[in-house]
Amino acid sequence: MKKLLLATALVTLSGAAFAQDVVRLGTEGAYPPYNFINDAGEVAGFEREFGDELCKRAELTCEWVTNEWDSIIPNLQSGNYDVIIAGMSITDEREEVIDFSAGYLPPASSAYLALSADADLMSGPVAAQTSTIQAAFVAENGMAVVEYATPEETVAAVKNGEAVAVLADKDYLAPIAAESGGELVLLAKEEAIGGGVGLGFRDSDDELRGKFDAAIKSMKCDGTLDAMITKDEYFTAAAKTWGDAGKEGC
Amino acid sequence: MFAACADPKSIEGLTWGFCYLTSGKHVDFYWSFVVVLALLAITAPAALGMGFMGATAARSHIAPISWLGKIYIWMVRGIPDIIFFLFFVIALDQGLEYLKSLAVCDGGAWPWQGLEFRVCQEAKVPLGASSSGWHQAYGFGLAVVTFAIVFGAFVANVIYGAMQAVPHAQLETAEAYGMSRAQVFRRILVPQMWVYALPGLGNLWMILIKATPLLFLLGVKDIVYYARELGGSKTQAYEYPHGDWRLWYFLGLLVFYLVFTSLSERVFARLSRRLSKGQATSGGKAMRKAAA
Repeated sequence: MKKLLLATALVTLSGAAFAQDVVRLGTEGAYPPYNFINDAGEVAGFEREFGDELCKRAELTCEWVTNEWDSIIPNLQSGNYDVIIAGMSITDEREEVIDFSAGYLPPASSAYLALSADADLMSGPVAAQTSTIQAAFVAENGMAVVEYATPEETVAAVKNGEAVAVLADKDYLAPIAAESGGELVLLAKEEAIGGGVGLGFRDSDDELRGKFDAAIKSMKCDGTLDAMITKDEYFTAAAKTWGDAGKEGC
Repeated sequence: MFAACADPKSIEGLTWGFCYLTSGKHVDFYWSFVVVLALLAITAPAALGMGFMGATAARSHIAPISWLGKIYIWMVRGIPDIIFFLFFVIALDQGLEYLKSLAVCDGGAWPWQGLEFRVCQEAKVPLGASSSGWHQAYGFGLAVVTFAIVFGAFVANVIYGAMQAVPHAQLETAEAYGMSRAQVFRRILVPQMWVYALPGLGNLWMILIKATPLLFLLGVKDIVYYARELGGSKTQAYEYPHGDWRLWYFLGLLVFYLVFTSLSERVFARLSRRLSKGQATSGGKAMRKAAA
């Protein structure tokens, strides 16, 4: 009886109790063109369109949730959402704590954004977002790293001189450089880091990961993924795509 | 939202500004002020209630109850707020889901498995299928409970002190009139302690107002979240591209908090004057002298 009462109370508390499964997609919402919150206050960007398409193909009802980048892995593990879809590169370090789907974006290059094209990366700290592959790369290569919680702050740090440059995905930095009116430039030097971008799942969620893997494969097979990647508003025609390699085993 | 704003990239000047300030995200921003005010409106009485119970328990003649009250005050006062905020939200959420899983899941496996916290789908609070509104309401509810517990302990300490400050002779006189302990508490102690508690409570109210940005830590999208999000520089990927405007948004928040705390100060000053009337305190004495 006590249990029954408790259950009733909790069910009421948790709102509409329908057994239908909803998959919650967790993203950062601060990294255009991967994902961002648009002016209508909704999640937008490449991953929004891509994620919605995956859910359609896997016949799942999906809901979008935003979460700070810092705590995006712990909050997946404590069950606040079921999938990380936030431009997260597949790395061995992360593989130890979560499982990745097959990659949906091929390994992209990272670029440096600085105030001038001849900036000396050794002369001062290089900014990067906390817990990113770029932050690890800077530290491993003998440069001083200064970390920030959001991508926005890393760029601001270069503008106000706290850092000589910022290292981040080129796709994120290129529009910022193009629209800065010459204030910010991309350095010629680029870095190839990361093993492509994948969806993150809890280790125990193999079934869900299987569904998404199948949906990703089907998007690679019929070419919709490549078409989506090369859209002007996302990664433009110059972006790396899966091409024929993606169609193997279709 | 408005017809004139259909194509933001082609408009300029005042119309641009108007459309920008009425975009969906800005409307969310304005709503977040309501969220903060609602939090204060709910948390303040809840913390007062917690504090009153804590103080009453700490003064209790029954030892275990008194210990409970004192331990509560001691713990919350001794631990940094921010740790409580980070701890409580996770602990409350997981504790609730664990309790629910005992009732609704078969097997009742221990949910803390290595790095993961895992309960069956039915035990999620709120359920995964609930609308995002429920998730937000739940997050807000957790925040209210956490704020009430933390601020309740400070309130308890203030009220405990205020109860001690009521002149003992008054209580003894009441007892000499044959009042029971409960009657003395209700008729003599409580009505008189407010005037002693008020300065402390006023301070706590100010601290509570200034602590609302902690909501951001709890995952509630409050005014600080939106100010940072809206103020950040926006590229052409957005409908309203602009530079780094965070400074202006934070300036706006600064003004909001300053106006709000100043208004609160005035209200407390008036309240203090009213409560001092006829009291055996220096404030009450000064009022009587002025009247004479």
